[in-house]
Amino acid sequence: MTLQYPDLAKLIFGRLTWESIPYHEPILIVTFIGVAIAGIAVLGLVTYFKLWGYLWREWFTSVDHKKIGIMYIVLSLVMLLRGFADALMMRAQQAVAFGPHEGYLPAEHYDQIFTAHGTIMIFFVAMPMITGLINYVMPLQIGSRDVAFPFLNNFSFWMTVSGALLVMTSLFIGEFARTGWLAYPPLSELSSSPDSGVDYWIWGLQIAGVGTTLSGINMIATIVKMRAPGMTMMKMPIFTWTALCANVLIVAAFPVLTATLALLALDRYAGTHFFTADGGGNMMMYINLIWVWGHPEVYILVLPAFGVFSEVTSTFSRKRLFGYASMVYATVVITVLSYLVWLHHFFTMGSGASVNAFFGITTMIISIPTGAKIFNWMFTMYRGRIVFDVPMLWVVAFIVTFAIGGMTGVLLAVPPADFSLHNSLFLIAHFHNVIIGGVLFGMFAGINYWFPKAFGFRLDPFWGKVSFWFWVVGFYFAFMPLYLLGLMGVTRRLRHIDDPSLQIWFEIAAFGAVLILLGIAAMIVQFAVSILRRDKLRDATGDLWHGRTLEWSTSSPPPPYNFAFTPQVHDVDTWWQMKQHNWRRPVEGFVPIHMPKNTGTGVYLSVLSFIFGFAIVWYMWLIAAVSFVALLAVAIHHTFNYDRDYYIPADEVRRVEAAHAGA
Amino acid sequence: MSMKALRGLLLLALVLALTGCHTVLMSPSGDLALQQRNLIIIALVLMLLIVVPVIITALVFAWHYRASNQKAHYDPEWDHSTIVELMIWSAPLLIIIALGAVTWVSSHKLDPYRPLDRLGPGRVVAVDTKPLEVDVVALDWKWLFIYPEQNVAVVNELAAPVDRPIHFNLTASTVMNSFFIPALAGQIYAMPGMQTTLQAVINKPGDYWGFSANYSGAGFSYMNFTFHGMSEDDFAKWVAHAKSGGGTLDHAEYTKLEAPSQREPVRYYGSVAPGLYASILNRCVQPGAGCMNMLRMSEPPSGAEAAASSDNHAAMPMAHP
Amino acid sequence: MTTMTVSGGSGAEETLRFHVTEGHHPENATLLGFWLYLMSDCLIFACLFATYGVLGREYAGGPSAAEVLELPIVAVNTTLLLFSSITYGFAVLEMQQNRRGPMVAWLVVTWLLGAGFITLELTEFAHLISIGAGPQRSAFLSSFFTLVGTHGLHVTCGLIWMIVLLVQVGKKGLIAANKRRLMCLSMFWHFLDVVWVGVFSFVYLMGKLS
Repeated sequence: MTLQYPDLAKLIFGRLTWESIPYHEPILIVTFIGVAIAGIAVLGLVTYFKLWGYLWREWFTSVDHKKIGIMYIVLSLVMLLRGFADALMMRAQQAVAFGPHEGYLPAEHYDQIFTAHGTIMIFFVAMPMITGLINYVMPLQIGSRDVAFPFLNNFSFWMTVSGALLVMTSLFIGEFARTGWLAYPPLSELSSSPDSGVDYWIWGLQIAGVGTTLSGINMIATIVKMRAPGMTMMKMPIFTWTALCANVLIVAAFPVLTATLALLALDRYAGTHFFTADGGGNMMMYINLIWVWGHPEVYILVLPAFGVFSEVTSTFSRKRLFGYASMVYATVVITVLSYLVWLHHFFTMGSGASVNAFFGITTMIISIPTGAKIFNWMFTMYRGRIVFDVPMLWVVAFIVTFAIGGMTGVLLAVPPADFSLHNSLFLIAHFHNVIIGGVLFGMFAGINYWFPKAFGFRLDPFWGKVSFWFWVVGFYFAFMPLYLLGLMGVTRRLRHIDDPSLQIWFEIAAFGAVLILLGIAAMIVQFAVSILRRDKLRDATGDLWHGRTLEWSTSSPPPPYNFAFTPQVHDVDTWWQMKQHNWRRPVEGFVPIHMPKNTGTGVYLSVLSFIFGFAIVWYMWLIAAVSFVALLAVAIHHTFNYDRDYYIPADEVRRVEAAHAGA
Repeated sequence: MSMKALRGLLLLALVLALTGCHTVLMSPSGDLALQQRNLIIIALVLMLLIVVPVIITALVFAWHYRASNQKAHYDPEWDHSTIVELMIWSAPLLIIIALGAVTWVSSHKLDPYRPLDRLGPGRVVAVDTKPLEVDVVALDWKWLFIYPEQNVAVVNELAAPVDRPIHFNLTASTVMNSFFIPALAGQIYAMPGMQTTLQAVINKPGDYWGFSANYSGAGFSYMNFTFHGMSEDDFAKWVAHAKSGGGTLDHAEYTKLEAPSQREPVRYYGSVAPGLYASILNRCVQPGAGCMNMLRMSEPPSGAEAAASSDNHAAMPMAHP
Repeated sequence: MTTMTVSGGSGAEETLRFHVTEGHHPENATLLGFWLYLMSDCLIFACLFATYGVLGREYAGGPSAAEVLELPIVAVNTTLLLFSSITYGFAVLEMQQNRRGPMVAWLVVTWLLGAGFITLELTEFAHLISIGAGPQRSAFLSSFFTLVGTHGLHVTCGLIWMIVLLVQVGKKGLIAANKRRLMCLSMFWHFLDVVWVGVFSFVYLMGKLS
């Protein structure tokens, strides 16, 4: 009996012990207490206002693409706070850890922070923000009532949440990976990283990756099959085009990530030799595979941002988009080329001059369609009447910032130049330049642009501008010194720097990070102020910005069914054309509308996935097996439900449409 | 090109004057790094030719066509112009053609595997020059430099005579690192069970900063070393000093050295066991471990024979021309 | 009322309809969606094939492909799987005729053939592990077990799915939703067949020849 007890404990708890909880780390304890207080406060408020039923019925189980889109963006903004907290800690450490000073973060902590920062910012901030925006806007733009597979959409979202939760759990139970955000082996192999960190990384990304891939399939099927009559491919709004290309990239790239992570997991769990140094394994294969996913990933993020800029520039210039066809071709060319450049992430591996030169030149070729896009936005402004509302401010900041980031990117694509600049802070400055200056600015433009559509009132412009200026100025302060430090030969991921003469530059960068913090704070204030003053900021027309595409033809927020009648499309700028023809919203002749029913299955599957992920990270084989079987059982059980749709009666449609007409 | 290079230098001078700092990549001391510096400037200038006008025009357009400027021409339906379209595709195309040509040539000319043909601008390498051989091993978390000709080994210190080509062979013990001396030449990965090569030359005597440029774990920040560029005489003295430093680096000593440690002081080994580097590269330092190059063959020979094999490249599955 | 005559931008009279009153039913996207899923799955296999291509000769002192692979068993295996594709085809033909009984019968035959395939594959794996040629032995064996095993896992999923569909057809009959699902499984099953042809040629035939 005494012998059996530890075995049973091991079967249930795996390698999880009290020691796995970092109660000896003051920073983590304070963080935990903060998160716990905030969490209890939120849960308490939700309970006090009896919102659980409402949240469950109207949001968590919703298959409405609009609500799922909003939930994605809320997730991404919450994760932005976490990812940015990591950034602040890194900047603070690098600003003080010089010469004799070790800084305040020990290596095992600092190394987790930069790994978590990269992982969270890409997978749980940028990706959900992109997916959320596409989810919300794209079906409206193509005149559809929902996406092709509404339940799958809900399921995808909850899988992303599950992955994010698993990564967050690593903060308080065990540790996160200390390998850098792409976990290159052999450092990420069991031999060098025996603890649970890399396993959290693997399973967090695997679970979220399922959601991303399925969401990609869903969006492509939606765009291909569900466009309104008359909307040929070359009459699709440009944001929808970029959404299509981004999702094609998702479906073509994420399976590679899934396979790569699975192979690394096999190395760690089953003792195989894919990427180990011994046994015939080949770490270079991992680096190739991960970048075959990783480079298209960059374009998955930036293409929809390009789409947002196109829509915003055209709308706020009160003018048609210049060179629509050339925009479309540029997007498609970028999509194809993004698969032919992955090796530029490791010219220094010694692949040979011709191979390096090939990948260097293909990389540069991408700058041609990208450059064409920038010119197109400029010529959209040309002969326009530009209104500088907050979304348009982001566009101008983007063009300037992205031109710089694109230039340094092409510089890094010259292999011999990269030999000097690879892995340096110059590289860090470059990709933050394009990801913040391109993706994030685009998403902020998009959020400010479509927020009134989603909620019926606009975001407070004053605080929007405050946030804008702090972000943009903060960005330049934070990252321009890094370019310089890169030229001084300073490499990335250093916890401590010997040369004290460099400290001033890191202090300037840290100052920039503080400005960005104020930008984020202003953004939170902007949301709060806007909600408080929502009656003053209300937009009854549904077309606040004098938009050009179909989403602006609906009320704000749109009814659950989006369109009482399916639109008939004749032009790229459908809504603009409808307005010019004095189109009037029909007030009668409504028919019942076929809609998908809500379901909780996505949430159940997500919870089970989380339990499975947590169990397998900690070697809790019994729980892992049970939760996996339960996962299959719930999924199969769901397929036995044939009663998945309902009709909104015509009277109800008439009532909703009349309310909008009367407003 | 000289015109452009001149403009580039002017620009650089401006940047340096503005920042008042010393950037090692912009003022290197090795010929390879110098050529890489020139390449960075050429590429930068080529791109600034288009990026600067773009930024200025974007700001001018944004300002001029603001809604409050009612004098500006407004044409809401103007969305196509063949001339403009041609221009916006061909301008970047021309720049990229130029840059692509530069890239193709420079990738081959500055290939780290290529034996040097010059020591500096206008200085050709003599035909009978034999490069200095250095075997580099990235350990957790320090650098081991083995000089096979001189039969010495050094931890965390590297020296080479000025104006003599250096031929580095690189590998690692456990995880991937990147060997980088910014003043000397670009970096190259050092990976376990694989070998990479770097050919470079230092032109000025001095003490330079070298380090790992690829994150490799907890002690990564301290994986630094000093690289001394010296005259031939001083280098001979340095080797003699290293030789007097003491013990032999044999397989047992290496096993001790290999254990993870941080902030290792400089250490000299007066002699090196024959075939040690090949054993490290082929992962058979531990007695009984089969050497990778031999395991790959159908009939594995004995470990000692394998370690003595001079065919180091067999351990590198990556084919390099 | 959905047609309105208004003045266009050019000033010319033109008639444009901006919405459709009749019910607009977008084409069913399920088969396209499933096809996209198959393509993404195909990429996973592509990665595993590429991995096998890189590591397939890294024996690390262990046995080589020619030493451990046995063609006769695999020939039987391949035959079973190819036949199961044909029988699934028969099941689909019966489904299109709305003949539930024969359809179910062909599906059961398909299931048995698939189960036979999995049994033989597991026997092969067990044999390899028993002679010390498990996935931990060398990179070649790691990639072999992963590639072949992933295919086997897919076939297993297909078998589970087939049982579920048999139950659902039993309960609901050949309704449209079930037909759609049967078509998806059909695509899945044929896809696995194609992948297996790749595995058979690339791993077994080429391994044996080398």
